[in-house]
Amino acid sequence: MDALIVSRLQFATTTVYHFFFVPLTLGLSILVAIMETWYVRTGDEVYKKMTKFWGKLFLINFAMGVVTGLVQEFQFGMNWSEYSRFVGDVFGAPLALDALVAFFLESTFLGIWIFGWDRVPKAVHAGAMWAVAFGAHVSALWIVVANSFMHEPVGYVLREGRAEMVDFWALAANPHVWQQYPHIVLAGATTAGMFVLGISAYHLAKKSSGREVWRRSFMIAAVTALTGSVLVGVVGHSQGQHMFKTQPMKMAAAEAHWETEQPADLSLFTISDEEARREVFAIKLPAMMSLLTCNNLTCEIPGINEIQAEYEQTYGPGNYIPPVTLVFWSFRVMVFAGLAMIAVASVAVFLALKKWLDRYPRLLLLLVWMIPLPYLANTGGWLLTEVGRQPWIVFGLMRTEAGVSVSVSGGMAIFSLVAFVLLYGAAMAAAVYLLSKYGRKGVPGESETESPSDESESALAAAN
Amino acid sequence: MDLQTVWFILIGILFTGFFLLEGFDYGVGILLLFLGKDDIDRRLIINSIGPVWDGNEVWLITAGAAMFAAFANWYATMFSGFYLALVLMLLALIVRGIAFEFRSKDERPAWRTLWDWMIFVGSLVPALLWGVAFANVVRGVPIDAEMQYVGGFWNLLNPYALLAGLAAVSAFALHGATFLGLKTKDELLERAEKAAAWLWLPTVVLVLAAMIAGIFATDIFSQRGALLWVVAAAAFVALLAAGWFIRARRHGWAFIMSSLTIALTCITVALGLYPRLMVSSLNPEWNLTIYNASSSEYTLRVMGIIVLIFLPIVLLYQGWSYWVFRKRIGREDELEY
Repeated sequence: MDALIVSRLQFATTTVYHFFFVPLTLGLSILVAIMETWYVRTGDEVYKKMTKFWGKLFLINFAMGVVTGLVQEFQFGMNWSEYSRFVGDVFGAPLALDALVAFFLESTFLGIWIFGWDRVPKAVHAGAMWAVAFGAHVSALWIVVANSFMHEPVGYVLREGRAEMVDFWALAANPHVWQQYPHIVLAGATTAGMFVLGISAYHLAKKSSGREVWRRSFMIAAVTALTGSVLVGVVGHSQGQHMFKTQPMKMAAAEAHWETEQPADLSLFTISDEEARREVFAIKLPAMMSLLTCNNLTCEIPGINEIQAEYEQTYGPGNYIPPVTLVFWSFRVMVFAGLAMIAVASVAVFLALKKWLDRYPRLLLLLVWMIPLPYLANTGGWLLTEVGRQPWIVFGLMRTEAGVSVSVSGGMAIFSLVAFVLLYGAAMAAAVYLLSKYGRKGVPGESETESPSDESESALAAAN
Repeated sequence: MDLQTVWFILIGILFTGFFLLEGFDYGVGILLLFLGKDDIDRRLIINSIGPVWDGNEVWLITAGAAMFAAFANWYATMFSGFYLALVLMLLALIVRGIAFEFRSKDERPAWRTLWDWMIFVGSLVPALLWGVAFANVVRGVPIDAEMQYVGGFWNLLNPYALLAGLAAVSAFALHGATFLGLKTKDELLERAEKAAAWLWLPTVVLVLAAMIAGIFATDIFSQRGALLWVVAAAAFVALLAAGWFIRARRHGWAFIMSSLTIALTCITVALGLYPRLMVSSLNPEWNLTIYNASSSEYTLRVMGIIVLIFLPIVLLYQGWSYWVFRKRIGREDELEY
């Protein structure tokens, strides 16, 4: 088979897989740091138990993120050598910064956090988790800076057949970065919120020991998930408007918007014939796409076919249309999962405010099954962004097929793809096994005497 | 000194730091099955590098990213050229990383034994492959006029590279043993001392053989005149001294000497390579050098400033973390891994 298609498949697989773990690392690092800070400030043992419990799950997840991140760092050179030569001058810089400024910080302070419980003062220990959280977020920033160059190249000139950096600050100030980065940070918070919410709800429903641990975790998680999921939508809306201006083809594909319309309708469900470049069947809300895109009901929105004709003028003959059906459904999976999370988190906040955490155990158990929602949204968003960029590897500058390695054969790429998929599958099984084992296990050394009644709950709330 | 040379030195420092630090992690991983008689022993061995192995591995990630930023052609040619070897290395590093974190999180002996083997294989394979990879870089591999590697996978497994690979495994295992000499106590310490003493002679033989083979298989010994011979000889003397300190049970000095052996070997290779990054066995004109593989002056300058600011900070807090965990660990300690 062709090395190009296998390399693309491998990049997509390893990246999506890596991104299963990244958002939880981002969000949970902050939640654990907050819990531990409260423990240090109040001396309340419940917060220590929370820190230890969620910290353990954090570590299992973190390890997966680290080892799959290794592949990401090497893969550009391995499978995309011509891309690496073309962009190295620009793209290598944020990756190097990422390693130097963020990875060292994260890994060193996580070591201190894991092994330092009795070796460093409490405040320093909590500080170590803050350093991990800070490192994780700085790391995400530099990755987004690098990634944004592929979508919206800035701060460079073309010289001797490659992109050369001429303005480092322009690279960091890329508008695309400041659309993507808040979206990813908030998605991380939402993921952590939904994750902690589901597991806390499980223990509340099962009446596990250490009720106070689960109650407080539930509260923090519900608030985090609701705030995160609402804001992620707000930011996402602004991102859509930005994308419409800078990558109209991606936006048109995300809406399966084949023909130019004024005003443009918003599709809820579209079946496209990608060969014939037309819509076969669609359910649409009139003028809503115009509203979402330009804040009015009348603007014209160019369709895929018109943009294709334009790009042929600009970039020469060729197919500039990404895989529309995949992009369209990735977008919808993300949005629907996001809306579902807003609804779920609202219910959770409502239950928490009403102090009804013991009233509907079945409803609480349902929250466990909501944990996959953020993962669906994260994956959908990732596919939308990257598949929607096709056929470009760097928008407007280099097409994907020009970036693939010359010295890697199809057979070699298949070998590595199969090896990574098998190993990642086994690793995922082990990680899910451990996460569910420790997720279910509960907290150690908790007395069973706590009364689960609402009075004690309000008494504790008052005491705090 | 030009910017390209500065970057050659910086990346040299990053790789030297990586081999120095991750070297003993690999060694400890290789020794795990031999020195750990029971579960607690094995946990002690893993915990000896527990707080630091991940930070040590970042030296590699940083070195790789620095290659990308400063010498993109080097990064592209080497990583795509050594494709299958790198895939094997990544697979090994993945199972090793997961194994450290997952091993002790389940009590079943079968689970733990499985991950112990993963740590062993995941430490052995990269140690071997790094020796093979750098031997090939200096020996020369088929690189064409377009900077593309045109040899296959088997081309990398020539006798000289395999010899260097074995020498690397042996040197890292010895380095791991001297590190355990610093971190363990009681019976485990005695076993680490024995392992170090036992590993020393094979390491001397392999390193000497690889050096002599290097005189014939590569041109690095004719590059810098007497300087290179002095550094190479110093590396070998440090290795001999390590043997003496191991027998004298001077743990600190033994570790310093095994560290010096690795660092001076890295410097020898770097001196012999400069200003080349990869030697082409087809035509010297097609060598990758710090000039034809380099990024623009602007990128080198901006990134150089950033590295010079942050690398000392990294050294500071990594050093602090070694200080925090300086104590020997024993069976009475609470173990995290």
